[in-house]
Amino acid sequence: MTRVNRDVVVALVLLLFCGVFFWESFNIRLTDFGQMNSAVWPRAVLAALTLASLIYLAQALRGNFKAEAEDAERAEGAPKEPGLMAWLASYRNAFYCYGLFLLFLLTLPFFGMLIGGILFVFCALTLLGSMELRLVPIHAAVAVGTVGAMWAIFTFGLRVFLPEGVLISFN
Amino acid sequence: MGFETLIGAFGEVFAPGNLILMFVGVTAGLIAGSIPGFTITMAVVLTLPFTFGLSPVEGLSTMIGVFVGGLSGGLMSGMLTGIPGTPSSVATVFDGFPLVRKGRPGLALGLGVWSSFLGGIISAVILVMLAPQLARIGLEFGPWDFFSLVLFALTITASLSGENLTKGIIAGLLGLTIATIGSDEVNGVARFNFGTDILQNELKFLPVLVGLFAFSQLLSDVRSRDKARRPLMESSAKAVRVEHLAAVKIILRHWVNLVRSACIGVFTGILPAAGGSISNILAYDQAKKASKAPEEFGKGSPEGIIAPEASNNATAGGALITMMALGIPGDIVTAVMLGALLIHNVQPSPTFITDNPQLAYGIFVAFFLAHFIMIVMQAFCLRAFLMIVRMPMYFLASVILLYCAIGVFALDNSVFNIWVLFVFGILGYIMKTLGFPLAPIILGVVLGHIAEVNLSRAVGTSDDLTLFLTRPWSLFFLIVALFSAAFPWYQRNVGKKQWTLFYVPLASLALSLPLIMMGGVVRPGIGCLLIAYALYKLYRRHQSGWALEER
Repeated sequence: MTRVNRDVVVALVLLLFCGVFFWESFNIRLTDFGQMNSAVWPRAVLAALTLASLIYLAQALRGNFKAEAEDAERAEGAPKEPGLMAWLASYRNAFYCYGLFLLFLLTLPFFGMLIGGILFVFCALTLLGSMELRLVPIHAAVAVGTVGAMWAIFTFGLRVFLPEGVLISFN
Repeated sequence: MGFETLIGAFGEVFAPGNLILMFVGVTAGLIAGSIPGFTITMAVVLTLPFTFGLSPVEGLSTMIGVFVGGLSGGLMSGMLTGIPGTPSSVATVFDGFPLVRKGRPGLALGLGVWSSFLGGIISAVILVMLAPQLARIGLEFGPWDFFSLVLFALTITASLSGENLTKGIIAGLLGLTIATIGSDEVNGVARFNFGTDILQNELKFLPVLVGLFAFSQLLSDVRSRDKARRPLMESSAKAVRVEHLAAVKIILRHWVNLVRSACIGVFTGILPAAGGSISNILAYDQAKKASKAPEEFGKGSPEGIIAPEASNNATAGGALITMMALGIPGDIVTAVMLGALLIHNVQPSPTFITDNPQLAYGIFVAFFLAHFIMIVMQAFCLRAFLMIVRMPMYFLASVILLYCAIGVFALDNSVFNIWVLFVFGILGYIMKTLGFPLAPIILGVVLGHIAEVNLSRAVGTSDDLTLFLTRPWSLFFLIVALFSAAFPWYQRNVGKKQWTLFYVPLASLALSLPLIMMGGVVRPGIGCLLIAYALYKLYRRHQSGWALEER
């Protein structure tokens, strides 16, 4: 997918977003408190956003973003070969991070912040770095040290009780 | 009363606990600023959760420490390795690195450190003098004027933060839309909750900000697999002894350059969105134009180090002026500081200085003090910086991603905040990848509430919408918003198209109108001067046969 096409798709997604939000704005309860109605401001903003998105679409169709596209293609980490697989591979680290973060969030009620955090940092270090055996103890030490220190600062220093999970309870 | 307040503020800022926090803040800022890819904003954002349990003075002093340290930290990596630590020290590299190569690293660092210090002190003096005056002007503002001011802030943010104005405007409008999700601040009505309970309350600013900015920035830094695994710097830079005395002597010899650059920094800081990344280049350019030896620039000229370093530190003072006097964030860093004030139930507005004098004076004192601490800590941080840069980026990214989660959870002990962080982290990364600037979206989120509340107050007070055009300050901001929106086109076409010859005179004439409408002596006087300037410009252009200006 070329950059010009991508900008067209983005403009269309933005227009769809505006449409959905406009439709939802009709579900906003109307009040009579002598103030501006709660739907007025969001609709004004959405109208402006729709207009800006239409201009963006027109510019994208005219190919105004070619220079930007060339810059993006030259950027470090950009796919070197065409195709969906190469494109997905170029965002591998981002997918790893978001996937791990999602897992961390889903398992937070079970593991809690301390264990869940250590596991997240360890897995992120291993996936973003390399899976060499000699690095495993280093990654584990960094995960335990950094997360443990921050957990201790928040729990004992700032008196913020981070999620404990069902695995370990400190109460 | 003023003196007593000042003494009280001194007492709070110089309290042992606060001093320790400021030392830690400045040190963290210096190290964060020196790491390429780790911006000052990120450092300030990550500091915010630690300030929840502190008093407002302690929290803001720490954040000011990080801010000042970050602005000064960028010069270390820039000079010793040729890679600027932050965008605000890009121009420092032009002459700093060549001077180091000439075998004078101690002098180069000394020039950078002392220019940063003196630039910061000049901006602190301007901050103390100007903020209360500007706040007095702010007291004249009605809801119409505030609404137009927010509009201006968003327009200039959109036009200055990226090459493409359309994308900047879309980002700003998306920020405004995000601010409308959840409970309406005026009537308490739920909006855009799509029938779910989780979106009944408004989205908290901090998780949105951390997600959009820090999360997306970290993932951009580790996008390339090779880059993520490489050490932050592969240079073999060594710790050096800073030549303080020689540097101060040279700076004092170029005091005009120092003062001019600091003023450029303060003015740039006052403008919303125009931060240190712009001011350091502007100051460098002006220093080169005014120099007796412009040919020395780029070869290790001390003037080329003084200008960017004085201006980037002075930017902080300018941004604080806008925040304290008008309650409007000048950039993302001050947006975070506004967030910190709100967390401590302090409402930022033009009455901020009169309502919270002790806190306001505390900020002034902390800003001064942070520069002195920066001078002390720079030498120690140089060694820490040389150790940290041997670490690969993926170490930092993995750990900080989790710190972001802990930080937003601590806001109100809610796991929902971490989900918001996650969603906005994805949104921020996608937008960044697609070339949308993130500053307008963040300022849109912050300013959205201010804009809506003031529009509602304006409409509630009077049905007459022409008040937006007939009230002088409102008209003033609308005109500036209009011309700042057109500025990117002007910049692109100046020297190429005939209409650009009319841009500056027309802007001057248009701005003179509200100034004359304000009444009194000074403001109409400035208005008349603007008219005279516009007519003179038009006359000169007529004399030159409407020839295009060379660029």
